[in-house]
Amino acid sequence: MDVIIENLPQYWDGFLRTLFLSVVSGIIALVFGTVLAAARVSPVAALRGFSMVYVEIVRNTPLTIAFFFAAVVLPRLGITFQQFEVAAIIALSAYTSAFIAEAVRSGVNSVPVGQAEAARSIGMKFSQVLSLIILPQALRTVIPPLINILIALVKNSSVAGAFYVLELFGYGKQLANANGDAVVWVLIGVAFFYLLITIPLGYLANVVERKVAIAR
Amino acid sequence: MSSVLYDVPGPKARRISLIGSIIGVIVIGGLLVLAVMTLAQQGIFDPKRWAVFQIPDVWVLIGNGIGATLAAAAVAAVIAFPLGLLLCLMRISGNAWIRVPTRIVLEFLRGMPVVLMMLFVLLVFATSSFVAVVAGLVLYNSAIFAEIIRAGVQSLPKGQREAGLAIGLTSFQSRLTIELPQAIRRMLPSLVAQLVVLLKDTSLGYIVAYGELLRAVQVMADFLGPQYLFPVFFVAAAIYIAIDLAVSRLAIWLERRGSKRAAGGVAHVPVAGIPAAK
Repeated sequence: MDVIIENLPQYWDGFLRTLFLSVVSGIIALVFGTVLAAARVSPVAALRGFSMVYVEIVRNTPLTIAFFFAAVVLPRLGITFQQFEVAAIIALSAYTSAFIAEAVRSGVNSVPVGQAEAARSIGMKFSQVLSLIILPQALRTVIPPLINILIALVKNSSVAGAFYVLELFGYGKQLANANGDAVVWVLIGVAFFYLLITIPLGYLANVVERKVAIAR
Repeated sequence: MSSVLYDVPGPKARRISLIGSIIGVIVIGGLLVLAVMTLAQQGIFDPKRWAVFQIPDVWVLIGNGIGATLAAAAVAAVIAFPLGLLLCLMRISGNAWIRVPTRIVLEFLRGMPVVLMMLFVLLVFATSSFVAVVAGLVLYNSAIFAEIIRAGVQSLPKGQREAGLAIGLTSFQSRLTIELPQAIRRMLPSLVAQLVVLLKDTSLGYIVAYGELLRAVQVMADFLGPQYLFPVFFVAAAIYIAIDLAVSRLAIWLERRGSKRAAGGVAHVPVAGIPAAK
């Protein structure tokens, strides 16, 4: 137990870094994922094709491969980063956006047909139907799955720790090496800080789920 | 599906989308060409770099990597599924003394990064990295399997259980012989989809120094020299994606087949509460 209290500054630093990685990649992934989902349902065949290929490939790529590519392969190709955080954010947001795109797309499909038909019948264009009628309703139903994707993102950010970013997992490894006799406590401390983010988010997803279920 | 959002396009709209498609192809194609040219400038397409695949030992190493990846995934899946069933039974048990602690354990397991569990097992129990990888995967995925099956049980009509109890089955017998078989069948697509996640997560073994495919790539790049990193990495990534895509297709096929055959159909969208696929 002492080992956690003694190293609280590191834990706190790692916790903030994990939060930072998750929030920044989460925002980028939300924006990019929604754009991908919009492309996937658009009338333009090339955009549909591109979005489908991107989502299928990225969803079936292990996250570690994405990290390896961003942190190890890219620098060898001449694309170097001042900080490894940038590589981590690129890997995490590229990966997460594919899952967000799928979730938003299934949300779009869950909106009743009549909504789009009504919007079209009063003369709205595709872009208006999508942005004013469909997406606002779709986002409501996809909020619980989106929160679950964000929970996965928080947990996935731990992979950054293995690629030179000192976030929670990275500090955990470092502290475990330094305190060979208290490894159990070191790692329980790390787990505690992850649960501090993931369990409340999971609770939030359940609450939102219940609210939406009543509304529909 | 997508036709929900717009009318069947007329001649004018078709022309616009065609123009849009052409512009899209040009933009996306242009970006790809740019990427390929940048790579070419770095000498990626130098045949000498790809000649590395003429060395038989390279394929032996890649083969070993694939073997290690599949072995960890298979062992973990075979252990995690029955464990998940057991956890599910405990999670929906009528006895609060069993249900509540199980729920806490499941929340705990689901809320933690898999790689942290692997590291924990590796360091605390001083096991081999294979055991650590398998243990991490089993702990996490049995919790997810339990939640998926639970969602399946709860999606069943109430009458299924009532009928079982009415003909004199005990609660446990009803679960085992009536509810679980239906729940598993309903959730088969989700369960298979979770296998993709499990398969992908074996690559976390790289972090705890398990000799899976990605680790094999790194070892080869260290041994042959960094200029061979890209070709070897490229092939390894392609292998991963091919395996995962194949299992994903299986899940989609099961879903289509299930929704045609099974009376109640199969679950299409993973029920919320189950963490999204990693």
